[in-house]
Amino acid sequence: MPSPPVRARPTSPHLDIYRWQIGNTLSILHRLTGIALAMGLPALCYWLVSLAGGDESYAAAAKLFASPAGLVVLIGWTFAFLYHLLNGVRHLFWDAGYGFERTQRHASGWFVVVGSIVLTLCVWVLIRHTAS
Amino acid sequence: MSLRTPLGRVLGMGSAKDGTEHWWAQRVSAVALIPLTLWFLFSLLMLPGLDYETVKTWLSLPTSGFLCVLLLVVLTYHSYLGTTVVIEDYVHTAGMKLLLLLVLRFSYVLVCGAGVFAVLRIVMGR
Repeated sequence: MPSPPVRARPTSPHLDIYRWQIGNTLSILHRLTGIALAMGLPALCYWLVSLAGGDESYAAAAKLFASPAGLVVLIGWTFAFLYHLLNGVRHLFWDAGYGFERTQRHASGWFVVVGSIVLTLCVWVLIRHTAS
Repeated sequence: MSLRTPLGRVLGMGSAKDGTEHWWAQRVSAVALIPLTLWFLFSLLMLPGLDYETVKTWLSLPTSGFLCVLLLVVLTYHSYLGTTVVIEDYVHTAGMKLLLLLVLRFSYVLVCGAGVFAVLRIVMGR
């Protein structure tokens, strides 16, 4: 009697059997922005240390941040911060027991996405406006 | 019949041993960071410029220095809690996990210490 074919069982957490949707996307993005912001903490401290160091060290740090690559990273951190802030508040509402309905989850999710993009634009328009 | 010991039932912590403290600390620090980070962002945006003199004058005010130190400490704590979970989730070899968690903890203390010390230097004007 032939033995039944052995099928490879899926291993936890079965990520590849789920349909990609807004809930899991924003959850993953929350963790990714958190990691990005963790990398921003040394940069923030470097900036403060350069400020304490005096005129020259501050100028060197400012030059680094104002370079094309520096600006891209700073804009990325701005978005990461605003997204993590808004989505974090969304999580706090869930922790308090509110907003679990399907329509509420989707609406708050899209609010976070649009809100963080719009606020990032606002911040950088304001910065360019001040700088000019 | 439960096989749990009476002490285990009273402590109610399961195999992780630390209950909900990590989860709760993450939320409390998150709430504290809402005003602190927004204060920092708005203050920088409201400055007439980001040149050396302007930023230094602003940060040497006692209120700015105080809030900036609080920001750095709570930010470090919140970030440390978050990245610790990331390492615990994705690093599965015990030795590597321990090593990374130690490097992470030392790095946070180093970075936060340097930041706080810098702010104090600015406030004290030396």
